[in-house]
Amino acid sequence: MDLLDVKKDFPLFDHNDIVYLDTAATALTPKNVVNALCAYYNESSANVHRGVYKLSHEATNRYNETRQAVADFIGADFDEIVFTRGASSALNLVAFGYGLANLQEGDEIVVSELEHHSNFLPWQQVAKKTGAKLVYVPLSETGRIEVEAFESVVNANTKIVALTHVSNVMGYITPIREITKIAHKHGAVVSVDAAQSAPHIAIDVREIDCDFLAFSSHKMLGPKGLGVLYGKKKRLYEMEPVEYGGDMVETAGKEGSTWQAPPIRFETGTPPIDGVIAFSEALKYLKTLGFDAIAKHEKRLKDYVLKAFSKIEGVTVYNPTSDTGMLTFNLESVHPHDVVTVLDEDNIAVRAGHHCAQPLMQWLNVPATLRASFYIYNTLEDCDRLIESVKKASRFFRDAGL
Amino acid sequence: MPGYRRNNMNRLENLYRQIIMDHYKNPRNKGLLDDARYRKEHIKNPSCGDDVTIQTYCEDGVVKDIRHEGTGCSICCSSASVLSELLKDRPIEEALTISDNYTKMIANQPYDDTIEFEDALAYQGVRNFPARTKCATIAWKAFESTVKEVDDDE
Repeated sequence: MDLLDVKKDFPLFDHNDIVYLDTAATALTPKNVVNALCAYYNESSANVHRGVYKLSHEATNRYNETRQAVADFIGADFDEIVFTRGASSALNLVAFGYGLANLQEGDEIVVSELEHHSNFLPWQQVAKKTGAKLVYVPLSETGRIEVEAFESVVNANTKIVALTHVSNVMGYITPIREITKIAHKHGAVVSVDAAQSAPHIAIDVREIDCDFLAFSSHKMLGPKGLGVLYGKKKRLYEMEPVEYGGDMVETAGKEGSTWQAPPIRFETGTPPIDGVIAFSEALKYLKTLGFDAIAKHEKRLKDYVLKAFSKIEGVTVYNPTSDTGMLTFNLESVHPHDVVTVLDEDNIAVRAGHHCAQPLMQWLNVPATLRASFYIYNTLEDCDRLIESVKKASRFFRDAGL
Repeated sequence: MPGYRRNNMNRLENLYRQIIMDHYKNPRNKGLLDDARYRKEHIKNPSCGDDVTIQTYCEDGVVKDIRHEGTGCSICCSSASVLSELLKDRPIEEALTISDNYTKMIANQPYDDTIEFEDALAYQGVRNFPARTKCATIAWKAFESTVKEVDDDE
């Protein structure tokens, strides 16, 4: 099977001899995206939705073209796409814009221990404010969210189902389409954290039929500081703004004011215009590669490393059956921070810590883990370097008496 | 490349000195006491999960006892053990001076090198690993606030 060969498209590698295995935290940026950012500042820097002059009109057009491109990318309509600061910000908007306005005491919000803090803390806060109750889907033995387990917690009181599409630690894909169908039967609204799925698998929001779905540009080759909230038209109208100010207002009066229609209703202030415009280049890039090729590439690298890890003494992999290119592991009796320093000495970037998923760390019963996440620009050589370095760490700390 | 490798191993050996690994494996003064005379400070580094509690008992301006408990990497856990030995039976002011200079040494800032750091000198290697500065200082920060608290309250 052929692997992708795209390292040359990523300028970071021209300046660093690095094995970058932390895409789950943030992806690297291809040249076409960097160029688009520069082009905006060099050639067409102006604000959107405001000026009546040509340059602003042009910036507004390009901004809207990306909104359309994002909509096409996930099978949504233009006015169902809200730009935010990131997936975290989008998920907060669902909790505080929709949840706060539509929940009351006795209602239930279904989440899981797999959630990133961003899809768990906002709901915990909203539950506190409204008197609603947080309910956790029991995870399977391997740590997955399964349909049967979801069915065991959903009931007539369930008003919100907020679940991750792909776990940022385990790399498992949630059967979100089936779950959404069941949730809707009970009258619940479904919000999906797609931060770790959008970079890796094709998403069709009509097929999933979820009410909300959030992701970040920077995890899928786009600029930092930009995220997307998809919301069904009807749901966006049921949501209260969380931020008020310019642009989102229709008429501002001394006695009261009215708001623009969604999505602008939720986009007050000057947005990251540069990022939005350049994000369309990232989407183009991903489309050209195709998600089938991306998934095959990641799986090949992950399987290669997994096989080698099974032969290194003391390596525990927590997600050998992960569905995306993500391996979460530890070296026996060595803290992940100590391992990561050895890897860093070999210019290998992997994440060590609790991955903003403390409930999952409790579930795994570990204080922290290492996580290597593979993406399109990683190579088999990267894998070899990782394997060698982990072997070295294993030897080093064994010699040190651990 | 072999030269680079060697150099790179030296840096690691310099970081993970035997003294450090010994304190990690055989921590001194570990375990908290249920004693009202002790002051406690718990610090957690939310980005990495290092979690340290330091407990001190001071009398007449002197640090009489230091206990510690926690989870974290070898640098973090061992440094709690090292400080518990080094700062015990010292006047609070002197303990704070040592702690302050230790922190400066780790951060690669000018510090008083006439101070006898004893086992804590082994942490000099951390200077070459800025990403690990926090690991080496979190227990010391916790210690400082246990004794400063005594000052404030009494």
